[in-house]
Amino acid sequence: MRSPRTPDRVCRTVATPQMPVPLRPVMSSRFAYLSTAAAILFVIAASITTVCLPARAAVLEEDRADMLYHRYEGGGVTIHGPSVLVRKKMAEKYAVSASYYTDMVTSASIDVEVSGASEYKEQRDQYSLGLEYLRGKTTYVLGYSHSKENDYEAETASFGISQDLFGDLTTITMGFSKGTDTVRRRDTLGNRVDPNFNEPIDRWNYRVGVSQIMTRTLIMTFDYEVITDEGYLNNPYRSYRYVNPGDDQLFALDTELYPRTRTSNAVSLNARYFLPYRAALHGGYRFFTDTWGIDANTFEVGYTHPLGKEWIFEAGYRYYTQERADFYGDLFERRNEQNFMARDKELSTFTSQSFRIGASYEFAPGRWRFVKKGSVNLFYDRIEFDYDDFRDARYSMLPSTDPRFRAAGTEPLYAFGANVFQAFVSIWF
Amino acid sequence: MIQDCSKPLATFRQAQADMPAVRRTRKIESYGTVPDTIALHSSSAGLAGLMSRASLIGLIGLIGSGLTGCGNIEPWVKPYERQALADPIMSLNRHPISTTYMHHVYEAREGARGALGGSGGGCGCN
Repeated sequence: MRSPRTPDRVCRTVATPQMPVPLRPVMSSRFAYLSTAAAILFVIAASITTVCLPARAAVLEEDRADMLYHRYEGGGVTIHGPSVLVRKKMAEKYAVSASYYTDMVTSASIDVEVSGASEYKEQRDQYSLGLEYLRGKTTYVLGYSHSKENDYEAETASFGISQDLFGDLTTITMGFSKGTDTVRRRDTLGNRVDPNFNEPIDRWNYRVGVSQIMTRTLIMTFDYEVITDEGYLNNPYRSYRYVNPGDDQLFALDTELYPRTRTSNAVSLNARYFLPYRAALHGGYRFFTDTWGIDANTFEVGYTHPLGKEWIFEAGYRYYTQERADFYGDLFERRNEQNFMARDKELSTFTSQSFRIGASYEFAPGRWRFVKKGSVNLFYDRIEFDYDDFRDARYSMLPSTDPRFRAAGTEPLYAFGANVFQAFVSIWF
Repeated sequence: MIQDCSKPLATFRQAQADMPAVRRTRKIESYGTVPDTIALHSSSAGLAGLMSRASLIGLIGLIGSGLTGCGNIEPWVKPYERQALADPIMSLNRHPISTTYMHHVYEAREGARGALGGSGGGCGCN
């Protein structure tokens, strides 16, 4: 049964007025302004796209197929699997793309350990289909995606439009997506789906973007996206922790409780610059804010260097930092201290740094006449996560006689590193 | 002596084509109602008013540039000057399958989401 809608106003203190808890309104004036501006921009961009009929024809992207193997290892979690993406044009006006993606998960993460559960395995499969129609300089895109795992299902339909303007110096894009998710819960012992637990989530995405050629060697992009979710936004397995009433050196657990709505705004600016000796430098910045109180900044730089006709090498660095959600807490003073409580480390204050290296080898067609060109690619990313208010609760679960034991709330802060590997082949035909 | 007037004219046209700022200024000047529209909103007080005015100016700029785009605006980077931008290393999304995967990796572990650069576009050299 769907629980009654709760307001998106978080951290109302329950019966403990002495606890200073931040309050954040549903929509701050800044957020309201951003949303209004987004709506107006969307309408104006749509008008420009509709009114300015193209003078010369654009073209659709080339036919290609990509086959990828991905592997993520870090924080007690291993996720790997294949992914395939195929794209084909028809009559130079239509294009169809289809993709398949799989995550095979083996998890004994810190959340699993702290909850007392044992390592689990699961699989997520995602299928996507896209249709493009090109008319003059306007491209219309329809998309559908379906994702399924044993306790979660998601469907998303999307519509997008892009328009080349000003002698193809400018491209305006807009998009809208509507998603419907279904959250279920499995019995951790019997591994059966709980028939009484079936919670929906509705998602709406609005996107506007501009790509602009600035000079002969510089191109810049601007993107803005608003996402609104409504429904059961918890992870049904995750718990928050509070001080054990019987022993303040220990903690107890209870199921998290999130607001039923979330709206976020993200804006990004990216640039790519061609260096005189045939290499490329790129950089980007994104600002993010949402109604849960999370503010985040992302900085990214990268360098691409070809070597000969066959090789292209890449290196990059990404820095991400965020402030915690208003209702996040590493250790609450007592059970039901607030109306909303979370201990998801994704909602905590933390920074992450990523270092990337990659290489691509391009090859000319050999025996296969239908292949125009191909490439073999290897990429490696190292990501370091450092949490500012998420403690490693495993230290307070040790026997008190263990020299490594730390009282709840005094454990060392959690940090971990992850290795991300990608190996893929691309073929243009 | 007959003076060749076509050469200075061609030079002037080239110079004009190379000075987009001058052209844009002239186009915007032709929209005489712009200051009046701003004045309608200048009575708004406080930060909201300031932001509202700033947004209005931005929107008018966007409309103006959009409308001028419907005319015959000359691109300040000609198609034949875009060989660097057409290089595959300048592609905004050279490996779409990899980009999608990395976005998924980050979105699953970070609170932020969206605006990850789906604006597409490119050099317009095709």
